[in-house]
Amino acid sequence: MLNQIRPAILMIVALTAITGLAYPLAITGIAETVFPHQANGSLIERDGKVIGSSLIGQNFVGAGYFHGRLSATSGTDPKDPTKTIAQPYNAANSGGANYGPTAKPLIDRVKGDAKTLGAENPSVPVPVDLVTASASGLDPEITPAGALFQVPRVAKARHLSEDQVRQLVTQHITGRLFGLIGEPHVNVLNLNLALDALGKG
Amino acid sequence: MTINGWMQIALFCVLLILIVKPLGGYMTRVFNGERTFLTPVLRPIEIGLYRLCGVREDQEQHWVTYAVAMLFFSVAGFLSLYALQRLQASLPFNPAKLGPVDTDLAFNTSISFITNTNWQSYTPETTMSYLVEMAGLTVHNFLSAATGIALAIALIRGFARRSASTIGNFWVDMTRCTLYVLLPVAIVAALFFVWQGVPQNLHAYTNATTLEGAQQVIAQGPVASQEAIKMFGTNGGGFFNANSSHPFENPTALTNLVQMLLIFAIGASLTNVFGRMIRDQRQGWAIFAIMGVLFLVGVFVTYPVEAGGNPAFAALHIDSAASALQTGGNMEGKEVRFGIANSALFTTITTDASCGAINNTHDSLLPLAGMVPMVNIMLGEIIFGGVGSGLYGMLAFAIVAVFVAGLMVGRTPEYLGKKIEAKEVKMSMLAILILPLSMLGFTALAVVLPVGTGAMENAGPHGFSEALYAYTSATGNNGSAFAGLSANVPFWNVTLGIAMLMGRFLFIVPMMAVAGALAAKKIAPASAGTFPTHGGLFVGLVIGTILIVGGLTFFPALALGPIVEHFAMHAGVTY
Repeated sequence: MLNQIRPAILMIVALTAITGLAYPLAITGIAETVFPHQANGSLIERDGKVIGSSLIGQNFVGAGYFHGRLSATSGTDPKDPTKTIAQPYNAANSGGANYGPTAKPLIDRVKGDAKTLGAENPSVPVPVDLVTASASGLDPEITPAGALFQVPRVAKARHLSEDQVRQLVTQHITGRLFGLIGEPHVNVLNLNLALDALGKG
Repeated sequence: MTINGWMQIALFCVLLILIVKPLGGYMTRVFNGERTFLTPVLRPIEIGLYRLCGVREDQEQHWVTYAVAMLFFSVAGFLSLYALQRLQASLPFNPAKLGPVDTDLAFNTSISFITNTNWQSYTPETTMSYLVEMAGLTVHNFLSAATGIALAIALIRGFARRSASTIGNFWVDMTRCTLYVLLPVAIVAALFFVWQGVPQNLHAYTNATTLEGAQQVIAQGPVASQEAIKMFGTNGGGFFNANSSHPFENPTALTNLVQMLLIFAIGASLTNVFGRMIRDQRQGWAIFAIMGVLFLVGVFVTYPVEAGGNPAFAALHIDSAASALQTGGNMEGKEVRFGIANSALFTTITTDASCGAINNTHDSLLPLAGMVPMVNIMLGEIIFGGVGSGLYGMLAFAIVAVFVAGLMVGRTPEYLGKKIEAKEVKMSMLAILILPLSMLGFTALAVVLPVGTGAMENAGPHGFSEALYAYTSATGNNGSAFAGLSANVPFWNVTLGIAMLMGRFLFIVPMMAVAGALAAKKIAPASAGTFPTHGGLFVGLVIGTILIVGGLTFFPALALGPIVEHFAMHAGVTY
C-alpha cells in the first residue's frame, strides 16, 4: 500500500507541469498569435485610449446615452477601504443581486424603477430586462425592446428626431445565430459609440 | 415559452445524442489500452510519466489498492493546492499582487477542487493569483475529473470480468484519461472559446476610462484554458465570481451551447463505454434512457416556470411577455444573450451533472424552478452526472432496483449475469444513504445556529433554501449555489468542506468494494427467468427506485423551502 505514495506525489508534480503550466501557457501563446484582439479582452480604443471592452457593460447614467441592465456589483469604498459599497459595473468583482423571487427588497426596487422609467415613456409598459439585475452585473446587452423603450429620452436629450435614433437602434440589433441560437440583443456600448459618432457627423 | 426556445432545447438534445457513440467508442479504446489516432504523439509522454513515477503499466490492482492509490493521489493534490494558495504572494504570475488565502478558505477550496466540486466561497478575481488558477485550480479540474472517470471504468470492469481479482491500475487509467481524453478536447475547446471572445493572457487587469469618463478596472487572465476543462470535466469553478454568466467566460449563445454540450459529453458517452465493455450496447442505451427521461423532466419544469415570470411584477406596468423584441420571463439574475430557454436549460444540465457552473443566478430562480437543481443534486447527480461519478452513482441505483425486482418475484437478483448478493446491495445502499445524512444533517445544524442563519441574504423560506442548497451542492460535489449566502466564514468553510469530503469519498469507497466483489463473480448465462435489463420495464423500475428513494428522503425539506415559497409567492407574500 505504501508503495502507492511515491507515484501519488510524482504524478501530482508531473501532471501539474503538463496541465497547469505547459497547457495554459501554450494556449496563451497560440491565442496571442492567432486571436490577439479576443485574447486581450476585446478592448475598444477611442483617440488612443482604452474606453472599455465590447463584451463588458458600462454604467451609463446620462440621459443622452442608452442605459444597460441593473448591476448589483460592489467594490471598496475609496474613502474608507474597510467598507464595501455599491459600485455598478465593477468589472473586477462580478456577480448578481441574488434576491429570491419573494424578497421584499427586490419587489421594492422593481417598483421604484418601474415608476421612474414609466414616467420617461408612459406609452408602453417597461420591458422586464430594464428593471432586473443581470447575473454577471456586467451584461453588455439589452433586449431590442429595452433599447426602443429608451428612444424618446435619448432623442430629447440629444436634440435628435426619434426616428433617427430608432433607426440607429434597429441597425444595432443582433439577431439569433443562424436564426435559431441565442436571443436578439443590442450591445449598449457599441450603440452609444454610434450615437456619439452621429452627433459629431 | 416560445417555439424558438423549444427548438434550441431540441437542438441541444440532438447534438448530445450524436456525440455519444463516437466519444464512447474512442474512450473505450483508450481505457482498453488500444491504439488511437493520438497514440503516436501521446504514447512517449505516457511512457515517460510511468517511468518517472515508478508505475508498472502491466501490473493490475486489487480494488483495495486501487482505492488506496486514488486516496493518496487526492491527499497529495490537496496538499499541493493548499500550499499554492497560502504561498501565492511570494510566487510568480500574480500581477494583481494578491495576498495569501486565509487558512479556512484555502482548506475549503482545496477540498472543493480535489473532489470535483468547485464550490467557491471566494470571489476569484480578488482572491486567486494567475498561478493558483493555472497550476492549482486548472490542474485539479483535470485530475479530479480523471479520477472520477477512472473509478467508473474500474466499476465497469467489475461487471465485465469474470472470476477476476483485479480491476485495473489506477495510475494507468488516470494518466490515460488525462492525456488522451481530457487534454486534446480542452485544447480545441479553449481555442474555440478565445475565438469567440474569452480572454487568454497574463497581463495585469486593464484600466479603462468609460464613455462617461468613469474608471473601470477590467479583470482578465488565462481564462479560456480553464474554461474548457471546467466544463468538460464537470468541475464548474469559475475564473470569475459570476462564472459562466460573465461575458468573458461565456460571451455568446454559441459558446453557451458548446459549454452545455461539454458538460454532458463524457457523462453521456460513458453509458456507451459501459455497453461496449460489457459487450452489449443495449445495456448502455438503457442507462442513457433513464438519464434522458429524468433530464427532460427537469427541463419541462424549469423552462415553463421561468418563462412565466415573477407574478409580483404583474401589477407594476412591466412587460414580462415574450415577443419578437424580448424574451420576457423572469429576467432577474439572467443575461440578455441567453434569455430564458438557454438559462433554464443550462441550470438543469449543470445540476444533472456535478458541474455547478452557472449562466444565471440560481438564487433568483422562481421557487419551483429553483427546486429542480436541488432535486437533481439530491438524487445523486446521476442524470448523465459528474464525469464518472454519474455512472457509478446510477449503477448503485440499478443494483438496488434489480434487488427490489428480485424481492418481488422471489429470485436471486442478477444484473448483467452477475448475482447481486447481500454485499453489493449493502454497499450500494450505504453509498446512497451518505447523501441525505450529510445534506440534511448539516442543513439542520446550520439553521439552528446563529452563525448559520446570519450568512443568509434572503429572509423567510428562501433563506432556508439557501442553506439547504449549499449542503446539497457541497455533498453532491456540484458547486453551484444560491449565492446570496455569505459562506466565506470559518463555520461554513469547514462544514461545507466536510460535506464535500463525505459526498465524494464515502460514496466512492463502497462503490469500489462493489467493483471488487463483482469482478470476483462468475457470469451466469441468461435464461428464460432472467430479468432483461435493456428494456422499458427496467428503465421504469430504476426511475421509480430513484424517485422513491429521493422523494421520500428529501420531500419534507423541500416542503419547508421552495414549495412553501411557491405558495407564498402566489399569495403575494414577501419577506
